[in-house]
Amino acid sequence: MTRFCPRALAAGLALAVLTLPLIPATPEYWITVLNDIGLAAPVVIGLMVLTGVGGITSFGQAAFCGFGAYTTALLTTAHGISPWATLPVVIVLTAAAAVAIGLMTVRLSGHYLPLGTMAWAISLYYLFGTLEMLGQHDGISGIPPLSVAGHPLYDGRSVFYVIWGFVALATIATENLLDSRVGRAIRALKGGAVAARAFGVNTERAKLAVFVYAAVLAGISGWLYAHVQRAVTPTPFGLNAGIEYLLMAVIGGAGQVWGAILGAGLVPILKDWLQIVLPKLFHRTGDYDTIVFGTILVLLLQFSRDGLWVQVRRLLPAPGRTATVADGPALPRRTLPPRGRPLLDVASLQKVFGGLVAVRDVSFTVAAGEIVGLIGPNGAGKSTTFNLITGVLRRSSGTVRLLGEPIEGKDSRLIAELGVARSFQHVKLLPEMSVLDNVALGAHLRGGAGMVRAMLRAERAEERALKAEAARQLRRCGLGDCLHQPAGTLALGQSRVVEIARALCLDPLLLLLDEPAAGLRHGEKRVLAELLDQLRAEGTTILLVEHDMDFVMGLVDRLVVMDFGSKIAEGGPAAIRKDPTVLEAYLGGIE
Amino acid sequence: MTALLFSIRNVSVSYGKIEAVRDVSLDIPAGTIVTVVGANGAGKSTLLNAAMGVLAPAAGQFLLDGRPLADTSVEDRVAAGLSLVPERRELFATMPVEDNLRLGAYRRPRGRSATQGLEEVYALFPRLKERRRQAAGTLSGGERQMLAMGRALMACPRLLMLDEPSLGLAPRVVKDILRLIAELRATGVAILLVEQNARAALQVADWGVVMETGSATLAGPAAELAGDPRVIESYLGLKDVEPV
Amino acid sequence: MDTTIALFLAQDGVINGAIYALLGLSLVLVFTVTRVIFVPQGEFVAYGALTLAALERGETPGTAWLALALGAVACLQTLALVPAARKGWALVRLLAFDLGLPAAVAALAELTAPLHLGQAARVGLTLAIIAPLGPFLYRIVFRPLARASVLVLLIASVGVHLGLVGLGLVFFGAEGSRSTPLSAANLTLGPLTVTGQSLWILGVTGLLMGALGLFFGRTLTGKALRATAVNRLGARLVGIPAERAGWLAFGMAATIGAVSGILSAPVTTTFYDTGFITGLKGFVAAIIADLVSYPGVAVAAIAVGLVESFASFWASSFKEVIVFTTIIPVLLWRSVRSPHAEDEE
Repeated sequence: MTRFCPRALAAGLALAVLTLPLIPATPEYWITVLNDIGLAAPVVIGLMVLTGVGGITSFGQAAFCGFGAYTTALLTTAHGISPWATLPVVIVLTAAAAVAIGLMTVRLSGHYLPLGTMAWAISLYYLFGTLEMLGQHDGISGIPPLSVAGHPLYDGRSVFYVIWGFVALATIATENLLDSRVGRAIRALKGGAVAARAFGVNTERAKLAVFVYAAVLAGISGWLYAHVQRAVTPTPFGLNAGIEYLLMAVIGGAGQVWGAILGAGLVPILKDWLQIVLPKLFHRTGDYDTIVFGTILVLLLQFSRDGLWVQVRRLLPAPGRTATVADGPALPRRTLPPRGRPLLDVASLQKVFGGLVAVRDVSFTVAAGEIVGLIGPNGAGKSTTFNLITGVLRRSSGTVRLLGEPIEGKDSRLIAELGVARSFQHVKLLPEMSVLDNVALGAHLRGGAGMVRAMLRAERAEERALKAEAARQLRRCGLGDCLHQPAGTLALGQSRVVEIARALCLDPLLLLLDEPAAGLRHGEKRVLAELLDQLRAEGTTILLVEHDMDFVMGLVDRLVVMDFGSKIAEGGPAAIRKDPTVLEAYLGGIE
Repeated sequence: MTALLFSIRNVSVSYGKIEAVRDVSLDIPAGTIVTVVGANGAGKSTLLNAAMGVLAPAAGQFLLDGRPLADTSVEDRVAAGLSLVPERRELFATMPVEDNLRLGAYRRPRGRSATQGLEEVYALFPRLKERRRQAAGTLSGGERQMLAMGRALMACPRLLMLDEPSLGLAPRVVKDILRLIAELRATGVAILLVEQNARAALQVADWGVVMETGSATLAGPAAELAGDPRVIESYLGLKDVEPV
Repeated sequence: MDTTIALFLAQDGVINGAIYALLGLSLVLVFTVTRVIFVPQGEFVAYGALTLAALERGETPGTAWLALALGAVACLQTLALVPAARKGWALVRLLAFDLGLPAAVAALAELTAPLHLGQAARVGLTLAIIAPLGPFLYRIVFRPLARASVLVLLIASVGVHLGLVGLGLVFFGAEGSRSTPLSAANLTLGPLTVTGQSLWILGVTGLLMGALGLFFGRTLTGKALRATAVNRLGARLVGIPAERAGWLAFGMAATIGAVSGILSAPVTTTFYDTGFITGLKGFVAAIIADLVSYPGVAVAAIAVGLVESFASFWASSFKEVIVFTTIIPVLLWRSVRSPHAEDEE
């Protein structure tokens, strides 16, 4: 039996497609279809990043295409500017339009952005059809073709390579972007925004960034379209076209660059075929393909929400994982305060929700190098206190100081920047992402490379350093063997440790752990306790909220006990065990 | 011995990879109060939510009158006589108290007038009658608990499951609520009371179970458990940490 | 602009606004109960108008067969997924509602269409054809996605929109239709002539809103729907089946959509694809009302109608642009005001 090698097959297929235009016998129709696919692909790739990776969506990508197409059409026909010179203008203008729309909607809950893009798509469509300057419904014709080295590219065969060159660029830039510091932040938007914010990711900016990225890819595609068709009219840029791009992204596959290209390829081919078959079926002319596409869309969402690429990928061999992490330069570290110096100082902290006092006049300190446990019965206000310290909630009164500097009322991102890292009671890791990438997200604030550098791979040194740091922290926590495994495959105990490694990547002054032992088995708890003990020995300061008394009592230096929002006791484990107030709080009693 | 109303047989419940309840069994005879006590995080709420059908158990089953409930939806469990007062109350905050109560009668057995049920609930909780036109979201913590209990009673349950009714309430209010629980038993309703406030719960219950990190570790008549030092241990981790 | 024109435009705006209000109400109803942003709501309007027009021409509308087909799919799906539905009364009910009802309605349409019965009969038949589409679509498309995120539900609803528009073309062709007004009377009020149809629109809209108010405020079923919207878990715990609430909401949305279509059919020419833009204007109103408040939607919808009508006077070609950009200041204001929107689903 010969071994089936899909990779070679795919490469052969790509090569065959690339040589098609060179063969004179290739039908013109094939070239047109391939060019159409190539024009749609960048738009769909952008949409895939937006929807599949970022978890937000847009119905207005066609409008962004139109924006690019009309911009270059106007500049080249009315002002005689050369096509290549308008490309930067198109990019800047599309980005500006996307920023404007994005700023309005990214702060609102998720469904406003797609609805906003619908309104944008319709408005722009009617504007195209109305403005005299843009030729109203007749559009603009006589757009010059692109020329390469002085040769104008009039026919489909010659422009084929330019189009697919752009597809290749979009693919590379997107893969580079997703595999970077910014890419991790973007990937965290879908289902991991809370954790990302806790590690200093400005999630609103990340949302805006993907939205702009997708819009710019669409704008570039529109620019290309204008010079390939050499005429623009409003119709290809309407809301229906925007919906069709979304269809391609969903069909191809959420979150996969190759899925986007697959979707961009399948939809036009299927559409062409349906437009021949269906009118025969109904004995009438018309666009009946939408019935089939609507049905496919619904069925995909019900049965294969990740699209078709996932099915294709099953046939391909698993991508080879880089077994080792390249050594990177060490990242600069904070100077840790000397052991015993007061690190966290909470004074008269108060939080009122409506009329309810959730935290009442709570004061305690945590000294550098110690482990302090914050305990108390359900509803005692521990989580609220935790959230007040990390800036997730705003305090009503009182102060929280970190090394003497007030941090109360600061945004959680700023608090992270000052060196407070946390874990979550319900593990917040991205299951699809590798353990290493999850942990590297913790080092977000220790890097600075932005989108453009990421796309150009100009940030590799920094990225290596971040990855090396992540690997270092994972090894420190004893998880050096599972760096490249998806986080979703880990057991709960390991996931908790991954969260701690991620927090350590921030190079924290203070580690806040929210119920790190919840749900762990005995053995896992022991491993965790040993790890925390070791971290303390290495100088890390830890404040933990915990329910599991066995776990807490054997580990901490001191305990702070809360009940009904107030601190009722503080002291060493032995003293707390004997404290009658604590006993009363835990076991309750009527009289 | 009264008839067995509800049984929990070797139930385990998981959230993804977290096993929150591990092989718990428990019987509730008709007209009795059974309490499950334990520190928070022990899996008590999870057990109740699984009994109500909000969560699906990974293993084991729940039996009502000896019949397994595996394929029964939450709605049909209500009709069959199970009611849950959840830890977070889950009231209809923007709607008036009386509407909350009337909705509680959505699956009330045929032939039992909702208006009469309303009067019974108002007799039990006169405060609710005073506030009947007020939006549920504006009530105090104790009143919300009363409303949640009243709403559950409107369905004429045979088994009332209470999840931490004392949570966040002042000791005086807790006392009122517990007195009411004892009164309810007198009307023939069986009660499964999940509480962290062990002393109070064991005082009103007939039978008690102690849960610790997902497993039932102790069970016995409530009065005996109340004096058992191992209950205190389970809360404050007094046993030695070493043997793992 | 003189007073007469202003009054005329205002009348026009209020009447269109009334239709948008009905659409907006349905959108809010469906969204709060099921979290579905129901993009195809406008298709119910177009289907309503075109079904009525087809009956008027003495033809059996394709929508009647669509209802039967969807009923059959919903029935098969339920039989496949719900073992309890395969026996006893549940099976009888299922077959009666999913197959019997649409089959009877389609047969009625087929038999009576050539007879040119009166308008009341045609309106009744139109409602009977369109209303079941809502519950069927809910069960086929959205019930299996009940746990999905708002985003997935939104994309699914776009899929339904695509399907319904294509089917609209199959059933009704590309030509537009208008139907006879429900009343030919005209009323002269000073400088203003009010058509009987306008009065119908305002009257029925007012009546429907009143009826909805009573339904939500007074009936147990209405309160149960509200309860589902307010607290999904709470509703389940008192025994309100989420599924029933869902199909009820969709049924009401389809009915209200059909009513809007019947009302607007004599006023504007309806094409198979006009429902989309009309529906989106209902969306503008719903978004302005933050997708939750019913009175807010009504007021916003009237405002949208007025903006549209005055815009068509001053800058007719930019009418749609102006209408759709009215949500921008609203979004801006809300974005500045709201601190954070957590979307962890």
